Amino acid sequence: MARLLDVLREQLQLTGTKEGCGEGECGACAVLWNGTLVNSCLIPAAEADGADIRTIEGIASGAQLHAVQEAFLECGGAQCGICTPGMVLATVALMERHPHPGDAEIRAGLAGNLCRCTGYQKIFAAVLRACESAGSNSPEKR
Amino acid sequence: MRAYIPGYDLRVPAKLTEALGLLSGEPGMWMPFAGGTDLMVLLEAGKLSHKRFLSLRKVADFRGIEVTADAVLLGAMTTYTEIQQHPLLRMEFPLLCAAARETGSIATQNRGTLGGNIMNASPAADSPPALLVYDADIEIISSRDVRWQPYHEFHTGYKEMRIAPDELLRAIRLPRRTEVWKQHYRKVGTRKAQAISKVCFAGAAQMEAGTIRDVRIALGSIAPVVLRALKTENMLRGAKPTPRIVTEAKETLAREISPVDDIRSTARYRLRVAQNLLEEFLSQLGR
Repeated sequence: MARLLDVLREQLQLTGTKEGCGEGECGACAVLWNGTLVNSCLIPAAEADGADIRTIEGIASGAQLHAVQEAFLECGGAQCGICTPGMVLATVALMERHPHPGDAEIRAGLAGNLCRCTGYQKIFAAVLRACESAGSNSPEKR
Repeated sequence: MRAYIPGYDLRVPAKLTEALGLLSGEPGMWMPFAGGTDLMVLLEAGKLSHKRFLSLRKVADFRGIEVTADAVLLGAMTTYTEIQQHPLLRMEFPLLCAAARETGSIATQNRGTLGGNIMNASPAADSPPALLVYDADIEIISSRDVRWQPYHEFHTGYKEMRIAPDELLRAIRLPRRTEVWKQHYRKVGTRKAQAISKVCFAGAAQMEAGTIRDVRIALGSIAPVVLRALKTENMLRGAKPTPRIVTEAKETLAREISPVDDIRSTARYRLRVAQNLLEEFLSQLGR
């Protein structure tokens, strides 16, 4: 019953996915499961058979960073970086559901991702920047 | 300390017959695994005593939300996200949608299931108070039987349930009777979000010319099981929610429930909050 998190990091060497709390509280291990945000520490790898798993490594297109990654860079939305992959993926998932999120939606969308460095304001600013620059019109999805 | 992973087994059958066959072949050996948002926490902490798990993820019989003229049927593997997104549930069962919205983070809501919340049997779970108010029934299946039972009879003590080792919770049925009732849900935890309940309140009342014709009140996190406040309900039926009645209802509730001290809160705080939540609910009925 190996965790998806461990298979990603140890077998597949996709170490962009981090382990924080290991109990589904912090969101550092977040990945996209068929497009929806999940915590990979709470998923047995065997259940992922047939699912489309997207980690932080699959967010950029080659050397071209995703709009969310660019926004985090521009706004200083990262310090130590442990929470950042999960924050970026939570933001990508949020923008799929709400292309133009309000403050409450941003806070709710990122509520499961804990950051001990930034105080969150720069992260929220990065999410707003990402939404502006993406001009996203993707369908509502969760 | 982390668990020794090779010591655990997980099966992910695609067919219901296969899942039920495993359970009936070796009763008690296989523990059903739903969203995993509770069990995987125990695994990581090295506190998962069960060794063999049966994932219900790929069995279609546990999925889907079906609407009929007089009820809504939710597969046990319905996630909190699916509950929140369902237009009819949002309209007619706002207490359940509120519970789904306040349970964990979005990542947890995408994974955690209604059936798992019932079977994990935590007295601090957020959906059971809503299910009690809606008079839910649950369907229990095994390779020998299919039976329905009222949800309020299901939990008999702390983590104790009326279910045999070869049985599975398949679905939850909500009767469509409460759409025009006034409904109120509120969870009180350490923080506004991402916290486990200290007290969880769900109430619904059918009003007629300012009088409470019928009322249902359920509370979580105040006893070994989530419970209906039946005495308080009885006292309120036929009454108008005047300040005097509100005071009387709070006193009745204090006699009816006996909250406990535990790691999350004290009995005294819980009782006071439960009474205040009752008052908040009743004060909205007059509007």
